[in-house]
Amino acid sequence: MELNQGLAVDTKEFPGQILQTPGGGIVVSTFDSIINWARSNSLWPLTFATSCCGIEMMSVAAAKYDFSRFGFEVARATPRQADVIIIAGTIVNKMGPVLKRLYDQMAEPKYVIAMGACAISGGPFFYNTYSVVKGADHIIPVDVYIPGCPPRPEALLHALIALQEKIKSGLTREQIREVSKALVLI
Amino acid sequence: MSNEEIKEYVTSIAPSATFDESGEWLNSMVEPGTWKELALRLRNGPLHFDYLFCLTCIDWKTHLTVVYHLSSTTHRHTIVVKAKLDTAKPEIETVSDIWRTAEFHEREVFELFGAVFLHHPDLRRLILTDDFEGFPLRKDFEDPINMIKL
Repeated sequence: MELNQGLAVDTKEFPGQILQTPGGGIVVSTFDSIINWARSNSLWPLTFATSCCGIEMMSVAAAKYDFSRFGFEVARATPRQADVIIIAGTIVNKMGPVLKRLYDQMAEPKYVIAMGACAISGGPFFYNTYSVVKGADHIIPVDVYIPGCPPRPEALLHALIALQEKIKSGLTREQIREVSKALVLI
Repeated sequence: MSNEEIKEYVTSIAPSATFDESGEWLNSMVEPGTWKELALRLRNGPLHFDYLFCLTCIDWKTHLTVVYHLSSTTHRHTIVVKAKLDTAKPEIETVSDIWRTAEFHEREVFELFGAVFLHHPDLRRLILTDDFEGFPLRKDFEDPINMIKL
């Protein structure tokens, strides 16, 4: 399936139109789309992995897959410097408040990817347990879900690029919330 | 030391002990009341079981069984000691004063199975939150909020 199917913009190019004029041209665009374009190309993930999906995430960060190529330059060890949190692994009840706190400490705009079966729904092994949160979206809003146990590194790359497409189209949870807030004010 | 010698030694301290050698290690079932004395003698006696490498519990629905895996770093022999506990009143003497590692293991068995280790210095929950109710590894544990019945 084409990745940006149904999304508003063709995201390969700088957003906007070029009006041809003698001796060059003028680029016409909106601030929103330029800001989104800029943000989507510099998304630093938080170093956050609670189980085996973290190994795949490390693999994606390392030389073979290398998510720096797409703007996920380097994983930060503090939420204050991170833009995206990749929930790579099971969230147990005791981890829930920690995850919430990390999310709250991240500067806006912030994005969330739920990686693997555990982060989506509690997982293939531990879902019927007294100790596991049945999906990280019970705690924080998730923009992109990646199925798999664990997902292949390619799947994580696919999700990261999907997140970029979402940001450029203004369709992440946070962006939608901002827009609806503005609408209420009007 | 051979299994026969170990069996003889255990029998001399706990005459009611029964043995099972069908597995990898020598298994012995003892009465909970004789366990503390036996543990002391196993640790300090000639067999020198100085290493408790596993302490766990099994819920058989009818009763609980606490399981102690002991090994000797000098003689290189191993014994598994099991003691049957009553589910309604599961109590056994602590061995945390004999093998320090049992302090954490007994706390874990306490929080997951509800077995009470008498004279344990600090018998609190180990990992679960302090307000957690019930013993989650018991077969009759129910948690309708988080679990579906299978």
